[in-house]
Amino acid sequence: MRFLGAIAATLLVVGAVGAAEIPQADRRSGYSFMKPDTKTMQDDDTANPGMLWVLNGETLWNRKAGAADKACADCHGNARASMKGVAARYPAFDKATGRPIDLEQRINSCRTNHQQATPLAFESRELLSLTAFVARQSQGVPIETGADPQLAPFVAKGRELYMQRQGQLNLGCTNCHDDNWDKRLAGAAITQGHPTGYPLYRLEWQSLGSLQRRLRACITGIRAQAYDYGAPELVELELYLMSRARGMAMEAPAVRP
Amino acid sequence: MRNPGSRPSRRKSLARRTYRMLDPILAGVLLVLPGCAAATELRSYAVIGDAIPQSLTGTAGDATRGRALVVERSSTCILCHNGPFPEQKFQGDLAPDLSGSGSRWSEGQLRLRLVDASRLNEETIMPSYYRVDGLTRVGTLWRGKPILSAEQIEDIVAYLASLRE
Repeated sequence: MRFLGAIAATLLVVGAVGAAEIPQADRRSGYSFMKPDTKTMQDDDTANPGMLWVLNGETLWNRKAGAADKACADCHGNARASMKGVAARYPAFDKATGRPIDLEQRINSCRTNHQQATPLAFESRELLSLTAFVARQSQGVPIETGADPQLAPFVAKGRELYMQRQGQLNLGCTNCHDDNWDKRLAGAAITQGHPTGYPLYRLEWQSLGSLQRRLRACITGIRAQAYDYGAPELVELELYLMSRARGMAMEAPAVRP
Repeated sequence: MRNPGSRPSRRKSLARRTYRMLDPILAGVLLVLPGCAAATELRSYAVIGDAIPQSLTGTAGDATRGRALVVERSSTCILCHNGPFPEQKFQGDLAPDLSGSGSRWSEGQLRLRLVDASRLNEETIMPSYYRVDGLTRVGTLWRGKPILSAEQIEDIVAYLASLRE
């Protein structure tokens, strides 16, 4: 019995490696699934609602905060130069915790350690704005996340979570986003799940939102228990998804239906 | 004897296949009992071949109620399936068109495909609508409950069986 189980487990692992992955040449951003007017909304800075958060983020970037009375700009200078390409490498390995952290968590760790300010709440306007402003500086930059070898075990964990079936509907991310991305779920394009544009403006949300928010919504959709904001599992999923999208161009702040 | 509620996980798929090969040797009819400690008591049912011939409730379902259930978003059917519901704007196409279901399958076959399609194909993305065991990290709202009740399944079976082409 145990022997059969071991074989089955091996088959599962071997099967999973080659089976589901989307060939490099077939990878597509969620953008390519959108209607022309939604694409235009993203492309035109004056029409892209995400730019409101970016502009607010620029203000916050230059505003002094915390007991240290320092602004982001006091250390990092002009974000257009210093932050270019940064978001394309997140989540990144954090030496202090020995774990990957995402861009939101990096901003909060900077606030806590260098500005001596209170961390900003996940999905708060301030945190989304700062994240959008930083991510915007990487627009058009190819995603590089996951290149750091220290991240390998966490990428693997994220991949495992992505493959794992869960919830009352007993589905894994891969069942839709690898195997059925060319189909429609309740009339809507499924897409390949490449997080090229976060934080992004969803018409459904009428707001900017983070990748963690999107992941939580999908997990609730399969009627599984959503991980809490900041949970290691969510960061590992973000990490796997970003490394899976390696080489694709950053779009933040993107617009999605 | 296999327990219906406690479906082996995908990890044990090979072992499961072995069981299946033994099925006809062990018994033509598998009388199955619901998962014991689950919050919702599932009714027992018998799988014969690729079907559950007997109604889960002992009575026939209502096709009109069944149609209403199929097009109701929370039942989840038309997220993946489409079918003869022209008034429904948002239908899925991940799964077969439900038109003509009654010509392709018997009521018993439809019933098993709703109750636990993974018995017929472990790789299927069709959820098991009448099963509470063998699931991972089910959200608190849904924990211990099947997706559909026995009555709802019978109503949907009655409706799908009426779809002929």
